[in-house]
Amino acid sequence: MKRRQFLGRVGAVGAVGMTGSLSAPALLSSTRAAFAQGDDIPVGVLFSLTGAVAVVEHTLHDATLLAIEEINAAGGVHGKQLRPIIEDPASDPATYADRARRLMIRDKCVSVFGSYTSASRQAVLPVTEQRNNLYWYPTLYEGRECSRNVMYGGAVPNQQQDDLIPWAIENFGPRFYMIGNNYVYPKEENNYCKSLLSKLGGEVVHEEYVPLGHSDFSSVINRIRAEEPDVIFATVVGDSDVAFARQYHAAELDPAKMPVISLTRSEVEVKAIGGEAAAGHFSSAPYFMGHDTPENERFVENYKARFGADQVTHFVSEAAYFQVYQFKAALEKLDPSEITPAAIRDAAVGLTLNAPQGEVLIDENLHTHLWPKIGQWQSDGQAKVLMQSEERVAPKPYAAYEGQTCTATGLVKA
Amino acid sequence: MDVVFNQLFAGLSMASILLIIALGLAIIYGTMGVINLAHGEFVMLGAYATWALQNFVGLGVVTALPLVFVAVAAVGWIIEKLMVQRLYHRPLDTILATWGIGIILQQAVRLSVGAESRFVKGPELLSGNTEIGALVMSNYRLFVIAFSIFVLVGSWMLMTRTEFGTKLRAVIQNRGISECYGIESKRIYSITFAYGAGLAGIAGALITPLFSTIPTMGTGLVVDAFLVVIVGGLGSLIGAASASVLIGEATALLSAVMNDTLGRIAVLAGIIILIRFRPRGLFPSDTRN
Repeated sequence: MKRRQFLGRVGAVGAVGMTGSLSAPALLSSTRAAFAQGDDIPVGVLFSLTGAVAVVEHTLHDATLLAIEEINAAGGVHGKQLRPIIEDPASDPATYADRARRLMIRDKCVSVFGSYTSASRQAVLPVTEQRNNLYWYPTLYEGRECSRNVMYGGAVPNQQQDDLIPWAIENFGPRFYMIGNNYVYPKEENNYCKSLLSKLGGEVVHEEYVPLGHSDFSSVINRIRAEEPDVIFATVVGDSDVAFARQYHAAELDPAKMPVISLTRSEVEVKAIGGEAAAGHFSSAPYFMGHDTPENERFVENYKARFGADQVTHFVSEAAYFQVYQFKAALEKLDPSEITPAAIRDAAVGLTLNAPQGEVLIDENLHTHLWPKIGQWQSDGQAKVLMQSEERVAPKPYAAYEGQTCTATGLVKA
Repeated sequence: MDVVFNQLFAGLSMASILLIIALGLAIIYGTMGVINLAHGEFVMLGAYATWALQNFVGLGVVTALPLVFVAVAAVGWIIEKLMVQRLYHRPLDTILATWGIGIILQQAVRLSVGAESRFVKGPELLSGNTEIGALVMSNYRLFVIAFSIFVLVGSWMLMTRTEFGTKLRAVIQNRGISECYGIESKRIYSITFAYGAGLAGIAGALITPLFSTIPTMGTGLVVDAFLVVIVGGLGSLIGAASASVLIGEATALLSAVMNDTLGRIAVLAGIIILIRFRPRGLFPSDTRN
């Protein structure tokens, strides 16, 4: 009895499955027809709105949606509207992978925009590669990755440091104190910094890593006072950076003599640090809110009008914003019938776009050619751009690793 | 040598912050046997109350202290009346209940104020450093050290030199008999819980100029506070004071010798070894059970 019931059910499920696939043969015969054949183009938006990284990812979510709304208001792409499908991965890497799978399979998104941390990007990586989909990642990161299914919009170490380190040595001196949080990004950045320092005759007087979320920097500050370095090279992130900057200021260390040069401090952190404590220190990034271009003026104005006058834009939200426009430009190059994630990727390579930071270009290794800048924080919480690199800097995600290059066919080892 | 003195001061500063956070926890545990996992969230509420008072009323951190104390104590009093009071006979359940309260408070702040870090300006008067030779001491940290001693002495006076304290100690020793003598133990418990919460609020207010004010800030702090209470001996004021100095100095000196990450590991390992040999902490309170 039980066995017969079971067999019957299996039969029924099988039959449903058969009729299902028979009635929609397109699903099986051609993956191409499955994408963007409706009246609109579905795109996934995968930023955490809850949990630990929500503070930053919320701004990326906002910037992405702003770009989508602007594109739709201007008539969409090929007369079709972009339809954002929003998921909240709740700051948990496993949930990122799960939601990305849902967006790519169930919702048939032709691309997904998402992630701030490397941990969440790496969780999505196997999903997007397996589905041969496209994941647009806006954050600066440590490099050492070369996926054909991720569009990297942020800076890699060579783009943040190639101009910065010689400039810092020339202006302040060769003795560097490295302080970072204890995870992969600070270590890789410091690795690259050390290779530059050894070429330029600089030295590392101390290198240390504090746990993520660390909030008492009194021993670090005592050590800095004792070592008297020329430059504090900081890769401290989020709330740790806020605590570090405030305590550094409270200890009355002079930014004119011992400036903190950060790769991670943006307008968001400075807002929490307070302009007074942040003033005089430096950050290296391709974008600052105060950068003077017509594109940026429009971006900042629209962002504030949409999300509130007290909001700030920063170097990651800028990339989240321009990546949607890169996506749009790639779609426009394609015939509407041949829209697939792989075709979008191939169309995107070589694209140039006037982003708020300047004209950016997508390299064949899917990273972005950017305009690195050095900004000095002012007491009003904005950075004054002191220097911009003379030409657009190409991304070299394996710059610290000799014999390895990220190319159009993936990672090549010599 | 300069490094050693500066690190000793850093340790003392760390200890003062630890003490002021742990004191409320020690008092609540010592009197009521309630393990209050929402304590970190009381600290966070204190920080946000300071932020609100500074932003909307224009008060400085120091002038806001009494108001913050009253506000967070009021929150503690309400929570005690609504929930904790019903659980005095089920001490294990208080852990779960207060943990839940902590989550509710944290999410309430996140939803109403927002998740991003808030800026609280430190007091002008206390900015700058006092330098003695190579020893550089931040004035604000000196103030926090002095204030924590003041709070410690105040709490000790309250426990031993007032009528309320006498009643409280009577209730701790034997609740039933105390009630026979006309002491309203429920009221005593409510006030004690509110007092402990208020102290946490003060701690939150004091750390805002140094740390980052976010809804999750209490989670890490409550762990450190528990370490202090466990090392010091549950419910002992002297224990809490000496344990915070011990942990603060050990952390500072070990991080000078190694680095902050390894220093932290060494301190935690040391605590594990210590409670192996002194399971009830350094100064266990002698209660008759």
